[in-house]
Order: sequence, then structure tokens, then C-alpha cells
Amino acid sequence: MLVIVAEPVILSPIVTLATVADQTSGARLVAPPNFNPASPTVDQVAVEERVAALAKRSLKKASKVAGLKLAISMMDLTTLEGKDTAGKVRAMCQKALYPLGSDPSLPQVAAVCVYPNWVRLAKQCLAGSNIKVASVATAFPSGQSPLPIKLDDVRRAVEFGADEIDMVIDRGAMLSGQYGKVFDEIAAVKEACGAAHLKVILETGELGSYDVVRKASEIGIAAGGDFIKTSTGKVVPAATPAVTLVMLQAIADHYRATGRKVGMKPAGGIRTAKQALHYLVIVKETLGDAWLTPDLFRFGASTLLNDVLMQLQKEKTGNYQSSEDFSKD
Amino acid sequence: MAKKTDSQSKAIAGRAAQPVSGSHALDFGKAWTYAPSPEATDHIKLDKRYELFIGGAWKKPRAGKYFSTISPSTEEKLADVAEADAHDVDLAVTAARTAFDKYWSKMPGRERAKYIYRIARAIQEKARELAIVESMNGGKPIKESRDVDVPLAAAHFFYHAGWADKLDYAFQGRRARPLGVAGQIIPWNFPLLMAAWKIAPALACGNTVVLKPAETTPLTALLLAKLIEECELPPGVVNIITGAGPTGAALVNHPDVNKVAFTGSTDVGKRIQRAVAGTNKRLTLELGGKAANIIFADAPLDQAVEGIVSGIYFNQGHVCCAGSRLLVEESVHDVIVRKLTDRIATLRVGDPLDKNTDVGAINSKMQLTKIQELVKAGEDEGSTRVSAACALPAKGFWFPPTFFTDVAQSSRIAREEIFGPVLSILTFRTPDEAIEKANNTMYGLSAGVWTDKGAKIFWMGQRLKAGVIWGNTYNKFDPTSPFGGFKESGFGREGGRQGLAAYVELEG
Repeated sequence: MLVIVAEPVILSPIVTLATVADQTSGARLVAPPNFNPASPTVDQVAVEERVAALAKRSLKKASKVAGLKLAISMMDLTTLEGKDTAGKVRAMCQKALYPLGSDPSLPQVAAVCVYPNWVRLAKQCLAGSNIKVASVATAFPSGQSPLPIKLDDVRRAVEFGADEIDMVIDRGAMLSGQYGKVFDEIAAVKEACGAAHLKVILETGELGSYDVVRKASEIGIAAGGDFIKTSTGKVVPAATPAVTLVMLQAIADHYRATGRKVGMKPAGGIRTAKQALHYLVIVKETLGDAWLTPDLFRFGASTLLNDVLMQLQKEKTGNYQSSEDFSKD
Repeated sequence: MAKKTDSQSKAIAGRAAQPVSGSHALDFGKAWTYAPSPEATDHIKLDKRYELFIGGAWKKPRAGKYFSTISPSTEEKLADVAEADAHDVDLAVTAARTAFDKYWSKMPGRERAKYIYRIARAIQEKARELAIVESMNGGKPIKESRDVDVPLAAAHFFYHAGWADKLDYAFQGRRARPLGVAGQIIPWNFPLLMAAWKIAPALACGNTVVLKPAETTPLTALLLAKLIEECELPPGVVNIITGAGPTGAALVNHPDVNKVAFTGSTDVGKRIQRAVAGTNKRLTLELGGKAANIIFADAPLDQAVEGIVSGIYFNQGHVCCAGSRLLVEESVHDVIVRKLTDRIATLRVGDPLDKNTDVGAINSKMQLTKIQELVKAGEDEGSTRVSAACALPAKGFWFPPTFFTDVAQSSRIAREEIFGPVLSILTFRTPDEAIEKANNTMYGLSAGVWTDKGAKIFWMGQRLKAGVIWGNTYNKFDPTSPFGGFKESGFGREGGRQGLAAYVELEG
């Protein structure tokens, strides 16, 4: 059972547990005050400098090809539009299975990401493959609906067969300081997910500062998110290298403290192979080898794949091909 | 600081020897590696032999002596360079005096500015060549020579060109007159950049120059001489002579030099000061440092770790203002050490010309020996050493990024300038203690403060005895900002309006 705490003062799972115990046993339990330091602060100038420095890594030949293939295997191929149709979803699933028909050596993408209405169809199209179906839920993209509706959204998507749920946090609650509410909603969604993996979208473009991004990352991680994710793709700016670095540092600190590995998904605005490689460099030099896998790092993108394919073909043949040589699904 | 007793020393030595390894260590291995990405050098045409640039022409040294200059990353010879003796120095000073009397002191500021702008643009045009040669001769990573040394060198010429016709406004109400001939001696850690720091303000203020680069890194100064030749400055305005200590001594002692500017070790700086005592030569010294980089518990910790890295591993720690003493508030000591351990595992040590290299070669065998000796002293005194587990090339001079924990204020590695990629980590409990420890050194060149509280930065800034103090950043340079030391880090400033004062006589 879950209780939503109206004005919690402490960001910690202890609050929730204590409150639950209070309800079930009738005993008055008071959560101990948390004397641990608050979330680390983030220096904007230095974070942006660091990612700019990592953008200067020179990736040539074999390392470029390996990086681009890794990027494909980490992609959540996405369509999240009001005009989505069965035809569109089928076409995208086909591309997920065979990124480039002429080159079977290329890996498949990690997942496709759709609205709940298209989960069943996507599952059918991808049956027999290892490609996961991710569904956005929780009144995506704004999250401005009552919790029961959000939970229902999640349960139905899972019933339809979603392997992964991409939820949005309540940014209004986050920005008005109701951290406990944000935490409890994520915890409730995690429970509703059952076996499905949970990605927690912070919508960093609405959070306004790296300090808030860092705090939201910690809440998403502590509340049980398997992944934290930057953006819905519906707000500008979406993913940026700097915001991704801040989130990766929260993941690193959580891993050092607990040994639990939380995944990361930058989404939105990543359109070129060069950008994708920059993100991979940031992951490699912040979290190391263990995160260079689709189990722990994903790209949420719709147009990135074709640019990656074009670069890979260029490495293979020595020439750039026309954009018309790659299917636009 | 209380003197460390034997029992305290043992207690420090006996503390957990692995402050950093934990069960949840990040693994920076070979899951995805970067292929070598060396900067091409086939278009670099170095001369087999370089002469002395005196009076606008290339002159052979009278004694006919040459010394070879090598690449510290391969130990291969790059070129032979002339060794100037007292006679050659005299020729250079005479050429500078003639140029001063005949052309440069009479030329209006706006005309001098044109020449200085021309040098700045020439550096930009030859930026790539200069960066590559800087990395070949000095061992520093190409990304630093390309993105820091060369652009900053051009920026110094641009900035000072702008002052040349505005000196009356730099010192309001007073008239600025040039001093005459400036004898300038620069170190091996930023060969081209230090040449720019010295030459640009001297020329802007109407002085002429005899510059001697360090004996291990003469090549970019000689390339700069070629650029200056192409810029058609009047002959003798800039003279560049090469050689070692005796050449520098002859320059300092030459009776017709009006101003001596030296950047280098405190030891040599003291000797120079003795040499010019009793003469009417003006002197500025920019010497050693043992800067405190101070991290408070409320700092942005991940970014502070970046500041530690750029503070001590930038240019292999061959930086006079390097943040070589880390003072960490004790409550965040362990977390900082753990983060730093992970961070140095990602530093790429190797070929200076590889675009992905973060830490290049140690500048010379002599410097490597000095670093090794001080590191051994740190181990012998019971401090705990952590070094990046990187493979080092077989040839050349290398030292892995290293830090020491369990360092006492009395340790040699906390007091002496190592001038290498070696950091000493100490702790403090209160801001007062941080100030006391930071100032407890004979040096006073620079300091860093990391905290989320602006007021604390200002509080610290008022109390730190250092010429440059960085807040939530480190090793940032700009020609508009004066740079220089307190105490045995020297006197005089370079850069900004304050830097001009070192090259003018003020009247009225």
C-alpha cells in the first residue's frame, strides 16, 4: 500500500516506510531527521566545460565504427506523435529489426518506444526478437493528471506487453519543493510496473538548473527507477551533454554508495552520429565499462539511426551516400 | 604546525593504505577504446641548425658552439641550437639599444601597435605548426598547446597591441616612458606563451627586447623569431638568443640592460636579484609556487575534482601556479579521494601529439629525476601514494598522474615545489585552519577556493596570501588579468594594466 505524503520534509525512502508502518500498526513512528548532506551542488560553468572537453576526443577508424555500432544497439527507436498509426509503428519496427537491409552485420536496436495504444502491435511486429517494447505512460508528456490515472496508464501498458515503462515525474511538484510527492509517485509507478523496467523522465528542460536536475536524479534513483531519462522530446531543450553528465554523476555516486547500477537515457535532440559518440565518450569516462551496454545506457531518438548508418557506410566504402539511400520510416 | 613526532609519523603510516578501493569501484577498462589519433607532422620542416636572431638577422655564435634539443617523449634529437656566449649577448644587447634609440622609442604608439598586431595575426596563421612543435619539443599534449598555449600567446599580443597607443590612459595623469632594453629569461614549461607574456608588454610600452628561452625548449621561440622577421619589425627590436645558465647570466649582468624579467625557479630568481642589486636595473620575478587548492564540504564536488585535475595534471604539473597542495575539508576527504581515484584512471598518458592525450611527457630527464626523488621522499615519510595504473612508453621521460594522502603540513611533499603531476592531499576542519595551512608556505603565487557560498570565496580571498585566487575554477589565464606572486613566488605582475607598469617609467 502506498501513502502520499503531502508535505514531506525529508527525501528518503525511510519517510515512506515509516508512514506505511504508522498506518498498518497504529504505532506512531517518526522518521529520524536526516543529517546527511543535501544533494551535492553543481557548478554550471565547470560542468559545461567538462563536456566540451570530452567533445574533443578524436575517434577514428575502428573506434569510430565500434562506437557507432554500440550506439545502434543502445537506441530506443521512438515515435510519440498524435498522428501515429499502425502503418507508422509497423514500419518503425521493421527498421528496428533490420536497420540496413543491405548490411546484416549491423546490430538491432535495443527497443522501440511508443504510446500505450501501440504496444500490442509493436510486440507482434517484434515477436521472436530481443528488441524490447517501451511505452510511455503516466499522462505523458506533462504528467498533470491524478495519480490513479497515471497508475492505470502504467498497468494497462504493462498488460499490453510493454517491457519497459517510460514515466514522467511531476515537475510541478519538483519545482514547488514537494520532493516527497515526486518520490512517492515514482515508487508507486515502480510498483505498478511489476516486472517491467522503469525509466524515470525528469524533463530536465523544465527543471531550470543543474542543481534541480541533480536532486531529481537522486529522487528518481532512490524511488526505484531502473533508468533515469532526460526528456520527453516534447520540450526544448531536451537532452544535452551537460545535463546527461550531471545525471551520470548522480548514478556514479549511487553506485559507489550502494553497488546498484542505474541506467541512463538521454532523449531528444540527439540527431547526429557525432553527438552520439560524444555521449558515449561521456559515459565511458564517467561511469566506465560497465555502462557501455544497452542494459544501462540508451539513446531515445527517432532520426539518429539514419545518420549513424550513413557514417558507418562511409567508413565501410570511403564515400558518403545520399540521404535517400537510407529509409525514412 | 606542531612538529611531527615519531609516534605521529607511525600513526599516519599505519592508516588504511587503501583509502579509495571499495567493493563498488568503477572500472575504466577496455570495453571501448580510442584508436591512436596522432597529429600529422609531415608538414613540419624544422631546420637542422638554428642560429641566433640578433639585429634582425640570423647570426652564428662567435664560439661556434651548438647544443642539441630533443623531444622528451622520444628522446630523439630535433635540431641543433646555437649557444650564445657573453660576446653574442653583447651583440644582442647592442642591437637592442640601437633599435631602441633609432626606431622604437621614437615611433608613435599607434605605429608600434601595427607591428604587434601583425605578430598576433602571424601566430594565429601559424597556430598549427607552433602547437605541434611546442608539443614535440616540450612534451605537452597537443590539445593543450593547440587550445591553450598558442591561442593565449596570440591573445597576449592582441591585448598589448591595443595598449601601445593608449599608455597615457593606463596611468592617468602620469606620462609613461619606456625603460630601454629589456633582458628576458623564460622557462621551459610554456615556451611560446612565456615569450608572448614577456615580449608583448615590453614592445607595447616602447622597449626593445633580448629574450632567452630555456635550453630544453628553444624551438617555438626560434619559430617566433622567424615570424617576427616576416613581420618586418625594425632590426634589433626583438632579439632571441639561445643558451643555458651562463647565457642568461651574461644577459642579466650586461651593463646596458635596463630591465630584467625572469620567470623560473625561486633559486635562480634569488641569484638574479643578487646580481642586479646595486645597479639601477628594474626587475620582475615570477618564481615557484606551492598553491593551496581548497575544497569546502559545500563545494560542487564533481566539478571540484575537475578543478583538482586541471590544477595539478595540466601540463604534467609543470605549472608554477599548479594546485599542488589540496586542502580538503575533512568531512568530504574520503569522497573526494574516491572520485579523484576514478578520475585519474581515465587520464590518458602518452604521445603528446595524440589528440586524445591528457598527460604528456615530463620535460626533461633532470626534471623527472627531481620528481622521482620527491615522490620517494613522500613514501619514506609515510604518506600513502596513489598513481594511475597507466602503461608508460618505453622511451622518453614519463611519470604517471599521482597523489598522496596522509600528508602532513611538515612533509617535504607539502612544502617543496615538485613541478610534476604529483598532488599532496591534506585536510582542514575550519575556514581559519584552511587559511592558516594555505598561507603556511614560503610561496604565494596562486590559490583555489571551491565552495557553493559566494561570501566564503570573498572571505577566503581577503585572507589568502597569493597573487592569483581562483573561485570554483583553476588554471584560467587571460591577458587582461594580472598574474604574479607574493613572498618567494616573486614580485611584479604580468598582464593587465598592472603588467604594463613593469615596463614603463612614470613621470609627473
